[in-house]
Amino acid sequence: MTELFIEGDPIRDTKAPDGPIAEVWDKRRFSAKLVNPANRRKLSVIIVGTGLAGASAAATLGEAGYQVKSFCYQDSPRRAHSIAAQGGINAAKNYRNDGDSIYRLFYDTVKGGDFRSRESNVYRLAQVSVEIIDQCVAQGVPFAREYGGLLDNRSFGGVQVSRTFYARGQTGQQLLIGAYQALERQVAAGSVEMNTRHEMLELIVVDGRARGIVARDMVTGEIETHYADAVVLASGGYGNVFFLSTNAMGSNVTATWRAHRKGALFANPCYTQIHPTCIPVSGDYQSKLTLMSESLRNDGRIWVPKEHGDERDPREIPEDERDYYLERIYPAFGNLVPRDIASRAAKNVCDEGRGVGPNGLGVYLDFADAIKRMGRPAVEAKYGNLFDMYQRITGENPYEVPMRIYPAVHYTMGGLWVDYDLQSTIPGLFVTGEANFSDHGANRLGASALMQGLADGYFVLPNTINDYLAAGPFAKVDDSTPEAQEAVAAVRSRIDKLLSIQGTRTVDSFHKELGHIMWDYCGMERTEEGLRKAIERIRELRDEYWQNVKVLGTNDELNQALEKAGRVADFFELAELMCIDALHRRESCGGHFRAESQTEDGEALRHDDEFAYVAAWEFTGTGEQPVLHKEALEYEYVEMKQRSYK
Amino acid sequence: MALKYAMAASGAILVLYLIVHMYGNLMIFGGQTTFDTYAHHLREIGEPMLPHEGFLWIVRVVLLAAVLVHAYAAFVLWNRAKKARPAGQRYQVKKSAQTPSRRYATQTMRWGGVIIILFVIYHILHLTTNDIAPGGASDSAYQRVVNGFQIWWVTLSYLVAMLAVGLHLRHGVFSALSTLGANRASRQRALRNASTAIAALITVGFLLPPFSVLFGLVS
Amino acid sequence: MNITLRVWRQKAPGDEGRMVTYQVEDVSPDMSFLEMLDVLNEKLTLAGEDPVAFDHDCREGICGACGVVIDGVAHGPERTTTCQLHMRSFSDGDVITVEPWRAKAFPVIKDLVVDRGALDRIIQSGGFISAPTGTAPDAHAMPVPKADADRAFDAATCIGCGACVAACPNASGMLFTAAKVTHLGMLPQGQPERQARVVNMINQHDEEDFGGCTNIGECAAVCPKGIPLDTISQLNRDLLGALASGKA
Repeated sequence: MTELFIEGDPIRDTKAPDGPIAEVWDKRRFSAKLVNPANRRKLSVIIVGTGLAGASAAATLGEAGYQVKSFCYQDSPRRAHSIAAQGGINAAKNYRNDGDSIYRLFYDTVKGGDFRSRESNVYRLAQVSVEIIDQCVAQGVPFAREYGGLLDNRSFGGVQVSRTFYARGQTGQQLLIGAYQALERQVAAGSVEMNTRHEMLELIVVDGRARGIVARDMVTGEIETHYADAVVLASGGYGNVFFLSTNAMGSNVTATWRAHRKGALFANPCYTQIHPTCIPVSGDYQSKLTLMSESLRNDGRIWVPKEHGDERDPREIPEDERDYYLERIYPAFGNLVPRDIASRAAKNVCDEGRGVGPNGLGVYLDFADAIKRMGRPAVEAKYGNLFDMYQRITGENPYEVPMRIYPAVHYTMGGLWVDYDLQSTIPGLFVTGEANFSDHGANRLGASALMQGLADGYFVLPNTINDYLAAGPFAKVDDSTPEAQEAVAAVRSRIDKLLSIQGTRTVDSFHKELGHIMWDYCGMERTEEGLRKAIERIRELRDEYWQNVKVLGTNDELNQALEKAGRVADFFELAELMCIDALHRRESCGGHFRAESQTEDGEALRHDDEFAYVAAWEFTGTGEQPVLHKEALEYEYVEMKQRSYK
Repeated sequence: MALKYAMAASGAILVLYLIVHMYGNLMIFGGQTTFDTYAHHLREIGEPMLPHEGFLWIVRVVLLAAVLVHAYAAFVLWNRAKKARPAGQRYQVKKSAQTPSRRYATQTMRWGGVIIILFVIYHILHLTTNDIAPGGASDSAYQRVVNGFQIWWVTLSYLVAMLAVGLHLRHGVFSALSTLGANRASRQRALRNASTAIAALITVGFLLPPFSVLFGLVS
Repeated sequence: MNITLRVWRQKAPGDEGRMVTYQVEDVSPDMSFLEMLDVLNEKLTLAGEDPVAFDHDCREGICGACGVVIDGVAHGPERTTTCQLHMRSFSDGDVITVEPWRAKAFPVIKDLVVDRGALDRIIQSGGFISAPTGTAPDAHAMPVPKADADRAFDAATCIGCGACVAACPNASGMLFTAAKVTHLGMLPQGQPERQARVVNMINQHDEEDFGGCTNIGECAAVCPKGIPLDTISQLNRDLLGALASGKA
């Protein structure tokens, strides 16, 4: 395997102060240098992305008095994909008096992350979670309330306390609209300059510091340079490397990948979360997958026929010819096992040839028993909107025919490596939200993504970036700076290259093929053999891409194919690194399941002695061996255990 | 900004006037004396504090003001709508997503309004000043009505105008109430029904006398 | 099934556009409308013709990016977003006309893509509660009656797609504006800025060249999130209050 990568120096310092974990964040805030309000006006910050992490950071830093330049590829900051999160947001408020605490949220998150996250960061996340809810309520986020007027909570993602705040099935939307409004308020106040329909295509690093970006105006095609004293990437995850995922069509890795190429380490790229309850693929034309809240598993029963290739109408299959496989294999948790386990079990039964639906990639999620037990009105009240959504997409009535579900790529835990301050290995480059790797380890718990995005943007970054900015303003940079000219030239030549190939295949056809490779070999189950094959095929396909892709039009116009072409080019490079990371991690943990590393019962088996570290990769060139830097993970507060849901 | 309230308030004045006017019209069923006395009495309201026809002139001035405000607001809004979707930026295919009757009522507000104002002029020339006198002029209001509506095309012209008024009110009453803030989710249906009822009541109420004349029930 | 599409093609903002007819064969009823456009675009690309530009992102009906007028109705025959409209709503052999949102406030950028920045500017003018980060009291310090919270939520589900403007015969953005005024006005946190908010937002709305509202109701009839027409009446009530207290 050593032919695929080189091992470099370990990462020794994460900048988290020493001391009892509950005091670390206080200590860091105290030790961080401050910038006096009058000087903030002289300091500028670029923020790429306007999801929860980006919009909240832009609003907060703008309010604090910094000059903020915000960028998003959508036509409005309100469209960032945080908006699609359904379930809720966790916070250790203990409003239910059910034994919750900051410590318990911390513990659950570390355990849920399968002991592959950094204790100090997770503890801070749990601490800050409390303030997030206060902040959002003050902004007018209409969380669900009880008749007494107080906030409602529910239990989510298999935890035993009710700590999830929610706004029907649209929590992400409501939180994002809150952050978006705060952002627009700063735009009106003149402290944030908003650049919509702009895509970051390169990072400008001058004298070792991140000093700006090269962005393309997606309407005119103009290649623009923007400079600042610090750059924040809040550009989301990279699930679209699989082509089909629950991500938005435009979600991409380009911002973080460009930074990676400029020296930022990329951590744990192989950790991907695959969500078990999505609507199955219906045909080759399919462009995206739709998630349905996993709350459906509270009352629905998951099954497949016992017989291979049984094509009868599900309602005609008698009870004793059905296999309720989750209930059979995991009698204690049944249909409520964690996401990764439910997903893999579905894949296994489909691989056995017992899958249902047009292409055999689906399992039944059956509410017949629930309707019998609770009555249809009760089921309707609880799940009506999800049933409607299912019916709209599939044309089938789930009250009468069992739903079909299949797992889909949903979230990527990996991302750019950051220290305790959320600063990457490039000074002045900060990374927040899903774009960084920081808090979820190898698996993210339900309702924790929203929590992390807002924690980073509202409370963490605004209290750490000052330590860096206090040394600024830094030396003036402009279009005559050689590093900036090089970055612009690189962007231009890439675009020219993509437009000049004029081959015979569309961008989407390449992207689909890449997605198939990744799904087959770097998806729910990974093997050494499969990953090696995948790396080989990715390299071949990437070579073909650069010789045979067909992108029409010019750069000087709205050119959606050109936008996609640049993103897919970066996905190719990322895909290879994901496979290398997955290959080197010869253990199973969280969202990474290596077939070679399982217990006798087929469960994930970690190797803490060998792999209790963050794998942070350094870029050395396309197709070149990346350098692996390990950040050792030490657990002082939570004892490492093997998970069991039997 | 105040324009929409002006539209609603002036519309409300006109609706109230229509109801009073309709009440007066229905006096025709009391016979010539009742009707003519009523018409005469209108001119004497407020005497001697007000000069002869003083009250009537106050009403006329208020009505004229309401009509002018209503029309002005309508033209400003019309103009804004035209600017908001200028020529060259119109849809090639445009369908309403609402029920056909509601769509018809809302789509005819502007031209319907124009038709109504033209009708009002004709109506004043006909029955108030009697400059237009189909069927013969007369000093008796009752006689003017009877003379006019015995002719089928006069009644027909009033029918068309009253249907235009009905359609105008069907949306207009609801719209005015909404603008004045009366629409809530729990009452929306009630408001729509009420405005349809008012529209129907006024249309039918105004059409009763001419048709009664045409069919010889009043002569 | 086979579909004939008549699509608005316009190269750039100032250019004159025109309707162009395309055939799309082998359309599956399970495809979404946008996936059908994807199929068309793949075909056009391979034939060396410029693919049709259209806005879209989440494709699950929540981001509000997509939206075209289909056979004269914003978002097409089902009351949902264009991305959630499926081809099973059409029949084999149908001729479908596809046009961009039409309004002066939404200039066409290319083909079916329009600039909806005006909606962001309406929010900038007052569609927020001023709550600087860190200043918030405990979330339970101010209970909100459930009915108010629910009404606020119903209005807050607006996705800012602009279908209300596209469908309005006056090209008015009143439903969008009213949804935000209602969302924030129903909550106790939104009270201090309530009157100023409605006045500023309406002023901005008018400045953006949207038409005036005449309560026609086409907006609410096409709104994919079912924002009710009475939110506009709520806005009028708030505005009347602001006028009465001399805030306007």
